[in-house]
Amino acid sequence: MNAKPDLTKARRSSEPWHTFPVTIRRVCAEAPNVMTYDFEFDNHSDAQQYAFSPGQFNMLYVPGAGEAAISIAGRTNEGRFLKHTIRTVGVVTQAIAKGGVGMSLGLRGPFGTSWPVDFFSHQLKRDVIVVAGGIGLAPLRSLVLFLIQHREKVGSVRLLIGARSPEDVVYESELHEWSENGVEIHVTVDRPSLNWRGQVGVVTLLLGRIAIPRPQSTLVMTCGPEVMMRYVAKSAMDRKIPTENVWLTLERNMNCAIGLCGHCQLGPKFICKDGPVFRYDYVRDLLRVQHF
Amino acid sequence: MEEPCLIEKSELNRLIERLIREGFLVLGPRVEDSAILYCEIQSMRDLPRGYRDTQEPGKYRVAESNGENYFEFNLGPHSWKQFLFPPKQSVSSCKKTDNGWEFTTNVDSPPKFAFLGVRACELAAIEVQDRVFLEGPFVDPVYQARRESTFIIAVNCTVAASTCFCTSMGTGPKCKSAFDLALTELDDGFVVEVGTTRGRSMISDLNIRKIDREHASDSQLLQQRACDQITKRMDTSGIRNLLLENLDHPHWDDVAKRCLSCTNCTMVCPTCFCSSVTEVSNLSGDQIERERQWDSCFNVDFSYTASGTVRDDVRSRYRQWLTHKLASWHDQFDSSGCVGCGRCITWCPVGIDLTAEVAAIRNTPFSNRTLPVIQPVSKAACAFPKDFKP
Repeated sequence: MNAKPDLTKARRSSEPWHTFPVTIRRVCAEAPNVMTYDFEFDNHSDAQQYAFSPGQFNMLYVPGAGEAAISIAGRTNEGRFLKHTIRTVGVVTQAIAKGGVGMSLGLRGPFGTSWPVDFFSHQLKRDVIVVAGGIGLAPLRSLVLFLIQHREKVGSVRLLIGARSPEDVVYESELHEWSENGVEIHVTVDRPSLNWRGQVGVVTLLLGRIAIPRPQSTLVMTCGPEVMMRYVAKSAMDRKIPTENVWLTLERNMNCAIGLCGHCQLGPKFICKDGPVFRYDYVRDLLRVQHF
Repeated sequence: MEEPCLIEKSELNRLIERLIREGFLVLGPRVEDSAILYCEIQSMRDLPRGYRDTQEPGKYRVAESNGENYFEFNLGPHSWKQFLFPPKQSVSSCKKTDNGWEFTTNVDSPPKFAFLGVRACELAAIEVQDRVFLEGPFVDPVYQARRESTFIIAVNCTVAASTCFCTSMGTGPKCKSAFDLALTELDDGFVVEVGTTRGRSMISDLNIRKIDREHASDSQLLQQRACDQITKRMDTSGIRNLLLENLDHPHWDDVAKRCLSCTNCTMVCPTCFCSSVTEVSNLSGDQIERERQWDSCFNVDFSYTASGTVRDDVRSRYRQWLTHKLASWHDQFDSSGCVGCGRCITWCPVGIDLTAEVAAIRNTPFSNRTLPVIQPVSKAACAFPKDFKP
């Protein structure tokens, strides 16, 4: 080191606290306590400049209440609005729910890693199994849209959804459209309603049941409660899918989102900058340690 | 590096004056509140001349001695971290307008700092924080603005405290680089080493003498004395794996019985960098500052997920601190997070000594050892094509 650090290296995002002003333009109820919000950038230039990759997250900022890390669910069809699906749990998300359409707030991002699409190619045409637990479908939504858009690069695409009850299934209105576009969708619930005709039980059971003809070239991407994802990974192993083909996304209270505040550490990983999307075998052992 | 030279003690005053004249805020050691703290310094009169400190696990005392030296003491509770990474700092602010919120990133213009009396382990600590704040994928603008202009006058230790273990961490006691000027205090003057051209020009108008053989050997002897006084040791061989494969070692329960989870160790640590941003609003709620404050992994609500607190017992919080500092820091920043300054030992109210805790884990083999597999995530494998717009 020099007494004066070489700051030419200090390029990169020099304004990590830069916040874009955005406004909520539409709110759509997805499930009890879960809403999808469409955000519009107040400044046209911000909208032009902003680009994210599926799996990344934004920090949504309600002045006075604080920030919350929320995964990016994608854009609206016409591309004008940015979608976030949010469960109302904490101070910030409550303020957003209360604010509703027309609410003005701040957005920093995008941050973190994204789903591994380098694995898709015309030659390999890998099969993909997307496994979502409840609102865990949110960070997978834009992945599914990507797979639909790049159909020629992938083999079969299956989406397995597990929810507590039928009304906890998010993006119901879009599922039909996805399935028309070649995505095979299976839904299972823990607690069926009277008129439920689908599957009942945990989502890992579905993974045990579907046909996996080419396990070596099958990719699994999952988001949901940590326990669920660990069982998804285990089921995938049982079905002879290699560990390096399993990807998951983790959450922990990101405060700065840029790897400087320390809150979201899992062992040596900063979930905000090394994740939130990880290859399973890179974090498997860390997830096993209690209270780590 | 050029030959060291010698200056009369009083010349240090002229150096301080020059720094002040050139617009630096000179910060250095000073006796305040029964401790040697880092405060603003106007002249050599402010320095703790003739003061000595005694340190033990959980104990710190400062007393006048009959010595005449300005720097014959060791580290107090302060570190230079508080100037480069302020305990409280606004990072951004927002104002309510007719069209919603207006956000501003705060780019403050901090004073130019001149640090006087930076010890070898503290130079190493600054180097560690440089890696954290300047060399990752994101640069911290607050740290960067302060670090860029800071002028560093290091001082070689001539005495050591019982809590010092820089020799184990390979960081001291001699200042080898990363300073503008480095001083070694003799009875009749300071030996000055020049580290940068900026340092060279800052002493251009001082009365500099060539160093003779006697001064050179005195300086050597004093530095050796500090080295010899260091008795605390930490065996760092294979320490990363040692700690990570012993995450379930019963000794963590033993530490947890003593640790108060008070956060003192993280506050005095010169490398701990955890923080939280809080909202500071005016009464009408239309003008808000986002204030970043030091935080600590010893706080219960420091880490949580949707399903609750991650580390809800003292055992897991102490384990987090120690394994981060000594093990996973290597994965994250390619160095240890510990520089061997011993502050966490001195300022622990119950005198927990990390070197003893590491030794206990090393010396009591635990049958259930497993080393977690930790590999770096390849960024390339995660990158989406830039033109992708879902």
